[in-house]
Amino acid sequence: MNYLEYRVRSVPTGFSKLLHLNWALIFLITAVAVISCVMLYSVGGSFSKWADPQLKRFIATFFLMFIMAMIPIWFWRNMSFIAYGLALFLIILVSIMGSMGMGAQRWIDLGFIKLQPSELAKLGIVMALAAYYDMLPEQRVSRPLWVALPLILIALPVILVLKQPDLGTAILIMLSGGSVMFLAGVHWTYFATVIATSTGAVLAVFQSRDTPWQLLKDYQYKRIDTFLDPSSDPLGAGYHITQSKIALGSGGVSGRGLTQGTQSQLNFLPEKHTDFIFTTLAEELGFVGGISLLAIYILILIFCLISAVEAKDKYSSLLISGIAMTFFLFFAVNMSMVMGLIPIVGVPLPLISWGGSAMLVLMAGFGLIQSAHAHRPRAKK
Amino acid sequence: MSLPTAKLSKKMTRRAFLVCGLQIGFGGVLAIRLQHLQVDQADEFRLMADENRINVRLISPKRGEIYDRNGVILARNEQSFRITLVEEEADNVNDVLDKLSQLIPITPDDIEQTIKELKKKSPFLPVTIVDRVTWDDVSIVASNAPVLPGITPETGLSRHYPLGSYFTHVVGYVGPVSSRDLEKREIPDPLLKIPRFQIGKSRLEASFENLLRGKAGARNIEVNAAGRVMQELDRRESEAGKNLKLTIEAGLQCYTQARLGEESASAVVMDSQTGELLALTSSPSFDPNKFVRGISHRDYNSLLEDKRKPLLSKSVQGSYPPGSTFKMITAIAALEAGVIDEKTTVFCPGHLEISGKKKYCWKSGGHGKVNLEKSLRESCDVFYYDIALKVGIEKIGEVARRFGLGEKHDISMSVENAGLVPSKAWKRRRRDSDWLIGDTANAAIGQGDVLASPLQLAVMAARLATGKMIKPKLIAETGKTKTEEESVTAYPSHLKAVRKAMYNVSNARNGTAYRSRVIDDTFRMAGKTGTSQVFTITETERIKGVKSNEALEWGRRDHALFVCFAPFDDPKIAVSVVVEHGGSGSTTAAPIARDILLQALYNGAPPVSAYPVKDREEILQQQKFFDDLLPNLTSGEKVET
Repeated sequence: MNYLEYRVRSVPTGFSKLLHLNWALIFLITAVAVISCVMLYSVGGSFSKWADPQLKRFIATFFLMFIMAMIPIWFWRNMSFIAYGLALFLIILVSIMGSMGMGAQRWIDLGFIKLQPSELAKLGIVMALAAYYDMLPEQRVSRPLWVALPLILIALPVILVLKQPDLGTAILIMLSGGSVMFLAGVHWTYFATVIATSTGAVLAVFQSRDTPWQLLKDYQYKRIDTFLDPSSDPLGAGYHITQSKIALGSGGVSGRGLTQGTQSQLNFLPEKHTDFIFTTLAEELGFVGGISLLAIYILILIFCLISAVEAKDKYSSLLISGIAMTFFLFFAVNMSMVMGLIPIVGVPLPLISWGGSAMLVLMAGFGLIQSAHAHRPRAKK
Repeated sequence: MSLPTAKLSKKMTRRAFLVCGLQIGFGGVLAIRLQHLQVDQADEFRLMADENRINVRLISPKRGEIYDRNGVILARNEQSFRITLVEEEADNVNDVLDKLSQLIPITPDDIEQTIKELKKKSPFLPVTIVDRVTWDDVSIVASNAPVLPGITPETGLSRHYPLGSYFTHVVGYVGPVSSRDLEKREIPDPLLKIPRFQIGKSRLEASFENLLRGKAGARNIEVNAAGRVMQELDRRESEAGKNLKLTIEAGLQCYTQARLGEESASAVVMDSQTGELLALTSSPSFDPNKFVRGISHRDYNSLLEDKRKPLLSKSVQGSYPPGSTFKMITAIAALEAGVIDEKTTVFCPGHLEISGKKKYCWKSGGHGKVNLEKSLRESCDVFYYDIALKVGIEKIGEVARRFGLGEKHDISMSVENAGLVPSKAWKRRRRDSDWLIGDTANAAIGQGDVLASPLQLAVMAARLATGKMIKPKLIAETGKTKTEEESVTAYPSHLKAVRKAMYNVSNARNGTAYRSRVIDDTFRMAGKTGTSQVFTITETERIKGVKSNEALEWGRRDHALFVCFAPFDDPKIAVSVVVEHGGSGSTTAAPIARDILLQALYNGAPPVSAYPVKDREEILQQQKFFDDLLPNLTSGEKVET
């Protein structure tokens, strides 16, 4: 792969790159960041508690996004496996630090941010797989051996993250990786097989219950029960989801007004500034507010799709779609969870929940998208 | 190596669109879910959110007060102080409690209890350390507030009975709600679940509980998830309980109670024209305030084990053989049956043989020739044996019921005793045996199966005195016009004869109550003594010689009774006195009844000139004694009931 082949002259250079950024996307991201600050002000009771640090973080990562966008996409392509390796290394590092008696930690304190390596892995896996399929000749994509290799790439971080244990992140990494494989054109029968066997396995586990050949121990089934039906444990996991649904529902169409949500302001909501911030938003700004945020998120996905389709090379396209998928998984899992569609797994609302790691990773991801978008070869005028 | 292509493969583009389509589709699912929660179920969830945050706190109403007929307060609400601790505000709970115990008296039990309660409650909720502390202790705590973080004195209302034991048997007392109280009620008032809430436990406090309690107010309070109060949303004030005004005259009640002294006795004073009860006493009594505070086991057991039964309100709960006080009834029955008239005489040799058994008169020598007047004045038994056999029990019973015996008079005390007027059917039903002539003879002199409460005896005296169907009343009726009582169905001439004889009981030289006569001409008293046997004297005992009452152990002595009314011409007051195992009616009960009657007629201590000359010295001393003993009564503010 040589970048001269890209007809480099058709690629914008210098500050003219700024003109070729996906500005619609930047605008939408900024809008989400503003919503984040407003909501954090509302739940924090003051600007300085949560909204201010979040705003500073956003500004910092916003510049990071621009810097990354300025750097040509082919540089990032060459960095893909290094990024993947770095993420794996850091995950192993924190687990070793944890086992060395420094306390069970999932993050590395960088001073201004507490970086979770498992978040980095979300980006790393997409980059690595995009680079992998960029290198892989078209005809080999569906060959079993060449399908096995990316599966190993996915499995490594997933296993490490599951050991932390962080089920939410593991699922996100798995699904992002899987979606890149799908986008790269791996034959659909592989996916059909995976879906069929995993469904079969789950059914087998449940069907075997209370029979002589039961696959799991009784206490394990109990754990699954609580996981699937939190209302069976009303004071534990069930409490959170019930309170969340009450908050959402009581918001009604127009909401109770900013800082007026009784459920969040009176602490009935758990984690109201992190994982459950969407609940606060929907309680205080109502259905109108909730659906607006959802619309902005969907618009971000659509602009990513446009970028992905317009991309002229496989790496850029897969990277953009993969990152968009990660972004989608963030908000889809988070919203489904607070609305009681799926069990609570601990995934933040992208760009809104209080916290640095997810924001850093997402903004870096958008930086990569912008880089791919800006460095796309264009027809000469 | 793929060559750089100007275009992506069609497959990749297709899949990119497919994936994005799926994402948008899932976005749609989220939107529908959001719409379902926030639009379709909004009302339901709004309600649940309010249930979450709004707590209702009850406000205790002020309990209605109880007054006597002149507005003297009998039961009121007093501020009580307690010391509470908020754990959150105390830096070190043990240290603070230690300091507090050096300042005011606290038992180690209190401290242990406090620490136990602190563990159960949220750290910002106050826990009571000691209840009912004195104002002095409160000021000590208040002035030491800086070194006692988290400690606050709080005030509440608690019942207090200023006249203490004088009104226990009328007003009763309140106490903290017990689990039994809650079980008794199908839908208990939520107020009852307030810790330390006081409800009526006995007598009027209990029977007028619903009226006195009032209605709870409520505060809607916004709380956060941990239960901390954020703000008060709205408040509905409580509605104070209704006050209660009694017909009792506090001064007379106190005097009457004191006059009974340490005897196991009871006295009832009634306005014989209206039936209003002026005093309703039972002795011994006890301090109801002890029960409000929570009586100690030792004190309670000593009340329970006392053979004079202080817990019993004998005026309404007691039932005694009326003895000779019943003779008026038998006499009227005989007059009405035409068996005798005023002049009919019976010869009394001291006994009468009834179906082979000798029945004795109290006077062993006999009274000789006895007519109606003499039979009452000297209380001849043989006269009544004789006439009763001719009249029969059914007629006697009928007259007794007409004069208020054998029926329950409802004065809202809930413990009134119905007494007993026996009949043939009753005996068959209850004893499963035939009525004997001997039973009639016993009943004729108020012995055997006849039972009456002091209240019933007072009603009987009032009805005999006025000839009206007097019904006893304990609660003052305000704003109600006086209604004339209907007459008792009896011949005025019969009543007149009986009254004349009763007058002679205490005014004729050989009347049984002559020693307790009243000298004052305006307040001439008519009465009847009664001495009722508790145990039958057997034939062998009689041969050995009847022991005098004083020689018997207390529980086997006779009950002493006296019923009376005055003034004779226009009866205003009727009194009944029963002294359990008090000996004879004429020596024990009659003087007490006379003193009470005069006290009621003079509305205070009577002049000694109303007493026989030889008693005056003693009466003066007695009056001085009671003057020092009795509480000084001041009428309270105007009462509204």
